[in-house]
Amino acid sequence: MSAVILGQKVAPLPAVRPSDAPGRAFTLLSGFAALLIVLMTALIIGDVVVHGWQTVTWEFLSGVPRQGMTEGGIWPAIYGSLLLVVLMTFALVPFGVGAAIYLNEYANPDAPFTRAVRFSVHNLAGVPSIVFGLFGLGFFVQFVGMQMDRALGLDVTWGQPALIWASLTLALLNLPVVIVTTEESLRAVPREMREASLALGATRWQTIRHVLLPQAMPGILTGAILSVSRGAGEVAPILFTGAAYFLPYLPTSPTDQFMELGYHVFVLATQSPDVDATKPLLYGTVLVLLLMTLLLNLTAMLLRARLRANLAGRS
Amino acid sequence: MTPLPIRPGVNMARHRRMQRLREEFIAWVLRACAFSAVAGLLLIMIFVFREALPIFTSAETQREATFGGFFTVPNWQPVSDHPKYGIIPILIGTFKIVAVAMVFSVPVAVLAALFASEFASPRLREILKPTIEMLAGIPSVVLGFFALMVMASWIQSVTGSPVRLNALNAGLALSLGVLPTVFTVCEDALRAVPKSYREASLALGASRWQTAWRVTLPAASAGVAAGVLLGLARATGETMIVLMASGNAALGTASVFDSARTLSATIAAELAEVVVGSPHYSVLFFLGALLFLITFVINVAAGLLVDRLRRRLAGA
Repeated sequence: MSAVILGQKVAPLPAVRPSDAPGRAFTLLSGFAALLIVLMTALIIGDVVVHGWQTVTWEFLSGVPRQGMTEGGIWPAIYGSLLLVVLMTFALVPFGVGAAIYLNEYANPDAPFTRAVRFSVHNLAGVPSIVFGLFGLGFFVQFVGMQMDRALGLDVTWGQPALIWASLTLALLNLPVVIVTTEESLRAVPREMREASLALGATRWQTIRHVLLPQAMPGILTGAILSVSRGAGEVAPILFTGAAYFLPYLPTSPTDQFMELGYHVFVLATQSPDVDATKPLLYGTVLVLLLMTLLLNLTAMLLRARLRANLAGRS
Repeated sequence: MTPLPIRPGVNMARHRRMQRLREEFIAWVLRACAFSAVAGLLLIMIFVFREALPIFTSAETQREATFGGFFTVPNWQPVSDHPKYGIIPILIGTFKIVAVAMVFSVPVAVLAALFASEFASPRLREILKPTIEMLAGIPSVVLGFFALMVMASWIQSVTGSPVRLNALNAGLALSLGVLPTVFTVCEDALRAVPKSYREASLALGASRWQTAWRVTLPAASAGVAAGVLLGLARATGETMIVLMASGNAALGTASVFDSARTLSATIAAELAEVVVGSPHYSVLFFLGALLFLITFVINVAAGLLVDRLRRRLAGA
């Protein structure tokens, strides 16, 4: 049997096993799904780079927004984002690393307390970011802040949206990230190293401090970088806890509000009176935000790959 | 180096005691760090629910908004002389957008995960997996921006829909946010299936795709289901993408070509302009509590499924 395709006689295909035709289709389909994801990712990043790179100049990075945010730069937003993630990291890393050390080195895996902690970590990671925003407003701003003002006899100082509350909200949001990655890296340290250290007379804490933590450093770093990247990109948790639409000055105190890159993208994209005039600035801001988060992610990925290679080499 | 004590017995005992105290202190500090996760989750529950409480307890709030009214009032019009807090249009909007996102993201993510774990060469996998991590690393506000500025115009020109920002646009953009979650969990589950399963199937004469479809995928089904559930929770809670891409009109129609408003976007769009403690404020916290409960239940279910998969594969 031969077929006619585009007016030409085509010789029959060589005989194949009957299961191969659907098999090939299926494999192709799954490959196409993978390709689709890669293409979409490339498309988004490509679109931002193509439209944004001309805007990103030194003046843009170091200037302040002007003319109702249709001209000028984004330095206040960059500065605010940096302050935000630095404060968040200081609050987050000690708790996250401490919790991971406890879970991996001290805890009895079947104890109710351990299971409660693991359950909480798992579910904390699934709480929607907007709910973190509500929590930050209800707890940090309205409760902790107000109580502090009352106790210190101040006018509204702490009891309003502020840099410190936004960072603490983001710290809680990222707690699971740091715990999970730190635990993974602690698990990668072979048991013999702990035993050798203990056998030499070191105490449990000395073993952790001088043997485990240096070994687990890449993992801890990975977690910290991932959470910084996520912290720099999350907008919903800071909407009501401290981010400002526009500020004529840079924040100098933890009780100040701040501008932030992600929020700035949102503001430029949705609240601009003149969409076409804002467009170059918008693309430039997105490009800066994207570069920041993707470079951080890339660093984390490389660190993690090295960590996994170490783990595989040992077992 | 400190010189050895002259009477080692006495000082060593004291040294040991101090050391033991220090060790115990450190253990307590670490335990407290671990407790911070529990405390965080509890505080979220307490403080989000607390601000929603006036709906059930305060007569003044109930004059404007009641629990029963959420489901009987047909409209969502919070800013007017006679505010109306009917959440049915918002629930419909949430459902519509999440459904679109899941319909597009689940088949693509599961198939791509199958491809990565069963068919792809190691080199292809080395391209695919970091790419998906990149996609996961793109902030949701950037996805929202892309949907608003670029995707909306494409979709409008393809479908000819009268409104640019609609549920279809938001759902498709949301599927990009959900894809990495579903893919990663599925791929982990598929790779956790022991090699012996595949070898047995191939030895019986099944082809590679038959093995993948009828042996590996069913063996990992609990993990795949967990991935889909985690994606569902993520889609339901995601805020910035839908806020920017959906048009935000609380219409309550069934068509995906209409603008729609979700739970999360409602909170994000309205809370900033609300007086603290007003009925509207309490209603928005109620929506947050609802969102928390929905995602919490889905996440717990996903956790149980992952445990089941682990036990099943460990027992095999």
